[in-house]
Amino acid sequence: MSEQVDRGRRQLLTAATSLTGAVGVGFAAVPFLASWQPSARARALGAPVEIDISKLEPGAMLKVEWRGKPVWVVRRTPAMLEALEAGIERLADPGSEQSRQPDYAKNPARAVNPEYLVVLGVCTHLGCAPTSRFERGDAELGADWPGGFYCPCHGSKFDLAGRVWRGVPAPTNLEVPPYAFAGTDRILIGADGERAV
Amino acid sequence: MAANTVAPAGAGWLRSFGAWIDERFPMTKLWNEHLAEYYAPKNFNTWYYYGSLALLVLVLQIGTGIWLTMSYKPSAAEAFGSVEYIMRDVEWGWLLRYLHSTGGSAFFIVVYLHMFRAMLYGSYRKPRELLWIIGVLIYLALMAEAFFGYLLPWGNMSYWGAQVIVSLFGTFPLVGDALVEWIRGDYFISDITLNRFFALHVAALPLVLVFLVVVHILALHEVGSNNPDGIEIKKNKGPDGHPLDGIPFHPYYTVKDLFGVGVFLLLFAAVVFFAPDLGGLFLEAANFEPANPLLTPPHIAPVWYFTPFYAMLRAVPAFAGTQVWGVLVMFAAIALLFFLPWLDRAPVKSIRYRGPIYKVALMLFALAFIMLGYCGLMPAVQPFKTLSVVGTIYYFAFFLLMPWYTRIDSHKPEPGRVRS
Repeated sequence: MSEQVDRGRRQLLTAATSLTGAVGVGFAAVPFLASWQPSARARALGAPVEIDISKLEPGAMLKVEWRGKPVWVVRRTPAMLEALEAGIERLADPGSEQSRQPDYAKNPARAVNPEYLVVLGVCTHLGCAPTSRFERGDAELGADWPGGFYCPCHGSKFDLAGRVWRGVPAPTNLEVPPYAFAGTDRILIGADGERAV
Repeated sequence: MAANTVAPAGAGWLRSFGAWIDERFPMTKLWNEHLAEYYAPKNFNTWYYYGSLALLVLVLQIGTGIWLTMSYKPSAAEAFGSVEYIMRDVEWGWLLRYLHSTGGSAFFIVVYLHMFRAMLYGSYRKPRELLWIIGVLIYLALMAEAFFGYLLPWGNMSYWGAQVIVSLFGTFPLVGDALVEWIRGDYFISDITLNRFFALHVAALPLVLVFLVVVHILALHEVGSNNPDGIEIKKNKGPDGHPLDGIPFHPYYTVKDLFGVGVFLLLFAAVVFFAPDLGGLFLEAANFEPANPLLTPPHIAPVWYFTPFYAMLRAVPAFAGTQVWGVLVMFAAIALLFFLPWLDRAPVKSIRYRGPIYKVALMLFALAFIMLGYCGLMPAVQPFKTLSVVGTIYYFAFFLLMPWYTRIDSHKPEPGRVRS
């Protein structure tokens, strides 16, 4: 055996060992990081919610909870639907191009059936809960208020299809969750047609 | 004399016990290196209390925190009730909890003053750049610790505060939603999130904090303390090899710091016993009702120590269909602190020998920071919107223009020795 240290060989072995160790650490980190994902129980509890809309009056709103978020179902009157078209120049994203909704809700009424609006009651700015101000000329919001949703946290305004106004902090329209009608008087929140998400 | 300062003279068996340990563990060596023979500048003023006070508050938070853990239940169903149980039924529980909640705010007060001291006297300048960077890391860890801890009472402000802060990560393009789901471990802030934040608050981050504090002190004792004159006392050493303008930390500064501890505890106790919520600033009214995922408090504001950055977040409008810009500005505001040692190009360190430009700039910076903090507590209406924008622009200008204005600023010559 030589007394001389083969430095090249030592460097190669050190580098190879370090690299193998680093790859091992990388693999070992996976379970720790993946353990933060929603658990099987959390996924099961996040399953679709079925709601009964047969007793919902025109102009009234129903609130249900899905995945910890408030889901609003508004049964819009013909007057409410007409008001959607009238105020279109006030809106930041009338065509819902920048906003989040399933394709079947990417239309002016943002709904499968225009009579029923289904949106998440979560402001797209910072997650506050907007308030429902359906009356025209609301005392606080002024005589020209056409009816819609108003977020008291930072002043974002939305129309009766959850479409956001220009010049308010919220960047996009209220999110429409995936939903599907089950018959005429039931809605499944969190289900896309037949497929649960 | 210096050979063994731990064991008192006369007690023979104690002295030999000390020697027995010293042969096996560097007890006397550590004592001398960090206390009895650590020479600190003799001209420390009141600004130099806040480092040792921060250490005191850390110990207080760890102690009260461990005791609170004995009665607290980290589950969505029981958390709020267990805090009320601590307040009402646990012997002295109210005191433990108020010490901990007041301690959280006190921590930020002393840390902000400690950081401002560094800016006054240029304590971040060469050779203390790394000391400053470790300090900023401590500040980051402290903010994370405070954020995770704030969810634990499971009040409605806890809940919605966490909701707002976690959703900030959702603004990042592509990965945002997956990232938020991963942080929460659920589709909303839930029992799972609470349990996870509890683990981070009581185990992970305290370990990180204690480690960083030890590293901070080791780095400090390696380079030596700065002082109000901003000159290096190591340049003038006596025949014994100790700085002429230095005095041993123990007993001189241990005694001085004990006096500071007395004054601090007087003020601290006044808050704990007479105004533990400090008019809604330390404990917010909305947090006296349980978390309700379906009902936002009318006005969400973080606790006061986060509000300067919250005001910056709100000062930036959404554009290009995303509001990630405000989030980036907020993170950049903190990231800038890391670069401070290299942004400052003045030939002197201390405010005492700086020119008028830096003096005015630093005072305005302190005022802007306080103003931003106030704006962040207020609803996003005028005049706070405009003031937030002005404050944010000034905050960034203070740092980003620093290489330029510190170079053109005049300065007075530094003295050779510290002024007594």
